[in-house]
Amino acid sequence: METVILSLVIWVPIVAGLLVLAAGETRPQVARVLALLGSLAGLAVAVPLWTGFDRSSGDFQFVELKPWIDTFNVNYHLGIDGMSLLLILLNCLTTVLVVIAGWDVIKQRVSQYMAAFLILSGLMNGVFCALDALLFYVFFEATLIPMFIIIGVWGGPNRVYAAVKFFLYTLMGSLLTLIALIYLYNAANGSFSLFDLYEVQLPLSVQVPIFIAFMVAFAVKVPMWPVHTWLPDAHVEAPTGGSVVLAAVMLKLGGYGFLRLSLPIVPDASHELAGFVIALSLIAVVYIGLVALVQADMKKLIAYSSISHMGFVTLGIFIFSAQGVEGAILQMISHGFISGAMFLCVGVMYDRMHSRMIADYGGVANKMPVFAALFMFFAMANSGLPGTSGFVGEWLVILATMQVNFWYAALAASTLIFGAAYTLWMYKRVVFGAIVNPHVAELTDLNGREMLVLGVLAIAVLMMGLWPAPLGEVLHESVNEILRLATPGRKLLIGM
Amino acid sequence: MQTLYLVVPLAPLFGALVSGLLCMKISNRAAHTVTIACMVISTAAAAMVFSDVREGHTFNGALYTWLVSGTTHYEIGFLIDQLSATMMVIVTFVSLMVHIYTIGYMADDPGYNRFFSYISLFTFSMLMLVMSNNFLQLFFGWEAVGLVSYLLIGFWYTRPTAIYANLKAFLVNRVGDFGFLLGIALVLMYFGTLDYQSVFDNAKAGALAANTIELLPGQAWSLITVICILLFVGAMGKSAQFPLHVWLPDSMEGPTPISALIHAATMVTAGIFMVARMSPLFELSQTALSFVMVIGAITCFFMALIATVQYDIKRVVAYSTLSQLGYMTMALGASAYSVAIFHLMTHAFFKAVLFLGAGSVIIAMHHEQDMRKMGGLRKYLPITYLTMLIGALANAGFPPFAGFFSKDSIVEAVHEAHAAGVPGALFAYLAALGGVFVGGFYSFRLVFFAFHGKERFDTHAHAAPHGHGGAHGKHNHVPHESPWVVTLPLILLAIPSVCAGWVIGDFVYGNYFGDSIYVAENHEGLKRMAEAFHGVLPMILHSVSTLPFWLALAGAGLAWFIYIVRPDLPGVLRAKWGVLVTVLEQKYGFDRFNDWFFAGGARLLGNGLWKIGDVMVIDGLFVNGAARLVGWSSTVIRKVQSGYIYHYAFAMIIGILLLMSVWLFGAVYMYQ
Repeated sequence: METVILSLVIWVPIVAGLLVLAAGETRPQVARVLALLGSLAGLAVAVPLWTGFDRSSGDFQFVELKPWIDTFNVNYHLGIDGMSLLLILLNCLTTVLVVIAGWDVIKQRVSQYMAAFLILSGLMNGVFCALDALLFYVFFEATLIPMFIIIGVWGGPNRVYAAVKFFLYTLMGSLLTLIALIYLYNAANGSFSLFDLYEVQLPLSVQVPIFIAFMVAFAVKVPMWPVHTWLPDAHVEAPTGGSVVLAAVMLKLGGYGFLRLSLPIVPDASHELAGFVIALSLIAVVYIGLVALVQADMKKLIAYSSISHMGFVTLGIFIFSAQGVEGAILQMISHGFISGAMFLCVGVMYDRMHSRMIADYGGVANKMPVFAALFMFFAMANSGLPGTSGFVGEWLVILATMQVNFWYAALAASTLIFGAAYTLWMYKRVVFGAIVNPHVAELTDLNGREMLVLGVLAIAVLMMGLWPAPLGEVLHESVNEILRLATPGRKLLIGM
Repeated sequence: MQTLYLVVPLAPLFGALVSGLLCMKISNRAAHTVTIACMVISTAAAAMVFSDVREGHTFNGALYTWLVSGTTHYEIGFLIDQLSATMMVIVTFVSLMVHIYTIGYMADDPGYNRFFSYISLFTFSMLMLVMSNNFLQLFFGWEAVGLVSYLLIGFWYTRPTAIYANLKAFLVNRVGDFGFLLGIALVLMYFGTLDYQSVFDNAKAGALAANTIELLPGQAWSLITVICILLFVGAMGKSAQFPLHVWLPDSMEGPTPISALIHAATMVTAGIFMVARMSPLFELSQTALSFVMVIGAITCFFMALIATVQYDIKRVVAYSTLSQLGYMTMALGASAYSVAIFHLMTHAFFKAVLFLGAGSVIIAMHHEQDMRKMGGLRKYLPITYLTMLIGALANAGFPPFAGFFSKDSIVEAVHEAHAAGVPGALFAYLAALGGVFVGGFYSFRLVFFAFHGKERFDTHAHAAPHGHGGAHGKHNHVPHESPWVVTLPLILLAIPSVCAGWVIGDFVYGNYFGDSIYVAENHEGLKRMAEAFHGVLPMILHSVSTLPFWLALAGAGLAWFIYIVRPDLPGVLRAKWGVLVTVLEQKYGFDRFNDWFFAGGARLLGNGLWKIGDVMVIDGLFVNGAARLVGWSSTVIRKVQSGYIYHYAFAMIIGILLLMSVWLFGAVYMYQ
């Protein structure tokens, strides 16, 4: 029987988004309720994926295949493995939380705001499901539009610069990918199917440029040093919800792309250039860690911390071991929870104080004890404390890296110090201390909605930290399959 | 029995959750009742587990699988043997005492419930640490106690010094954890598992004996040495060994009960426990053991010296803790693990007494910690005085108090190591002897300074107002003895401070630890000491003819002379040895150096990378540069599209000329 779950996962949020748009700006409350229902429906349709997923198989599951553009043999081809599954669930959950978080914070153009997030959510699910390279590309690019609008419309004072920088940076990156895909289409005798692309024999001299073309796009998304500078600007200007989705889900498109396209399609080039990617990842961990330390703007600090943590994703991937790749994927999921929560925490304060500057705060704990406790929890998770999800991925990646090189592992492990330093130093200056700024004295503690959103994330972070085994179980066979596809020499064409 | 194992850590966790999550809803009374009831259950369960283990029933098994990744299984599980059972009893007992004491000490603090939640959470974490049967859970507990320590040091979060100290403590510990994590990663890499038993069995079988690792090109180091030293770096952080000791004195910013529980009796001994647990690994590397011994020796002697110039009563005890931790570390380096754990135990009791006693003094003095404003307190605080005197006697190592047996054994073990020609042991032996003298001095300096001599406190002055619990006592300004919830734990802890040492025959020289501690065949120091041991009483009698006894006595005598007989001397000495005193008061300049070099350096580097790397080069040159380039080239190109026909015609002519020349030259080239 043909399943349609994945189609539902993609289209339910998009259709819901269109309905919300249709509700119009005159009735914001209707738009909010509709958006909440839509996002919950999106999460609900994704639940069967978790329960019905066959954990003993590394194949793509829930596959759907329908012709889309016959002339070019492009198909509406969907399917997920364990990695996609976790990212889809993360995305659906994040969407619900973002809708709730924006409930009465957003007062202008409510329906458009909500619709943008719902549509974005559906499009990102599309990226995680697509098994046709062109379909992947279309979804991948389409996600730019809602995010561009979110930053550009509901953003801060410098939002236009940030939105354009975000758009151009990411668009430039992905244009090369399109060229690479067209080349591969020809090499695979006219097919965009990932299954066909996975089997195309290619000489190293072709693999390397294709790898680089992919890498530019994905590295910008992750983002890797040195193509990361769009992210701090985008985060600073984006509304809280935008930052949350950007950090929690959108950055994962990069890591996902590496694992879905780069490694299986050009395995030899991936191995050939692994050292280069590892070097960039380690620079991200150390250099960005230091840069994060000196930020005066909380959002910027968390943005840099994001980049530093995402360094573990690329590092883990290019270790090419099950432990490394599983660590990378778990790091993506955990980073989704934690960075989302961190941005929400800053949002909570921003909504009250209208400042993101660390210097404007101090002594928040006196007025917002519950918030201070939750913020402390997420700050510790961000510092990779064992028992929180932040530890799982970093731990696995560091252990995996040790198998390759002691000093790589040592550099990666320096996050233990830097991560704690920048996170807790910020926390100290914002939350601890006596109240200096009279505005802080007027703060009120979390309301029910904020409690709900942060509470859900806290539970997720804690659960994943104490018992990540269920997630590992889902990933196990899928990661083995990715690594099998990424075996060097498997599809190397020699003598061309 | 296995359910009982679970009860030990989970009862405090339950207490922590109740008083923590409901801290704004329940009364103080409810919070302390729940947490203390849970602690009583936990302590009783630990005692039962202990007696069960004494009957020879050990346990090693998994609780649940945390994660399977690749081919590695990461599990959470318990290893209950003589070593962990001993630790469980110490931790739960001291924690229970501290819980009770807290009722009195924190009585009027607005964060009362939160405080109980934290100390129960700490107890849970510490128990998970000592009960672990694998490196992963060890690391979990390791970081978790660090977290709670961070929360508790910064408990009074409006005080700038407290929130500076807790950040510092966390970060310095993280430096240690950095090494620790790398050590664990190497263990996993070479043993393929993180389970203690498998790792130790492999190690004892000589699996890694010949392996080397090249950390620097051309430098092959013994792998086991590298692993052990990296693991020990973790211990240096947690157990505050030189040069990662800097956080412990500052941690005194936290409320006194936690100084006793965390920063004296239990958490800081986690490193000692860990090395003892890893004895099958450390025994394989003489280099690592020597390293451990020398670090311990440095900490022992030089930190004791700082204690002699401190005026803050808590800081004296804090530096004394550092020195005592140095003793334990030295014992580890001398392969005398059981002696180290023995000292850990006796120290837990007498140092808890000293801290809680100091706390009792602080309450009586309305939160005055400066000993210069005390003096003659013994008649106002008789119970506190007596218990602290016991603590001081034990700390200085006078027989028959608990500290004597353990400290004397350590000196002896280090001496044996020296006799066996262990590198670094001579230095350690001298440091240990020096430490005994200085220890005798600072312990009794505290006693004489605070409890004897002239009353220097002003009975009319109001103590500096503190943000917490200002209303201890009823504002009659004569110091008075603390309530029973404070003195009872003092008495209960003073008892083992006197007599815990008498079990030395079984604990150190008998087969108390069974297989939980491993000593290599060729490390015979402890064996020789066992042969010379003929019982507790002969040991006491013999001690009178040994150097450490007289050194301790000399130290105590010196303190008596300076602070009782000639109270003018401190000022004279200070003036005469100003440089030395300054060096000690500056704590050898570590704090200043760390602040300047590491904290300042990191910020400088971060700023440089950000302003130059990100803003100037990447954004300025490449990103915005590219944008400007596009803008500039379009202005140039725009000039070409002027709209005048003669411009276009001119361009066409140039173009045609160019094309023709290319064609022409091309043709010529072809025919050549």
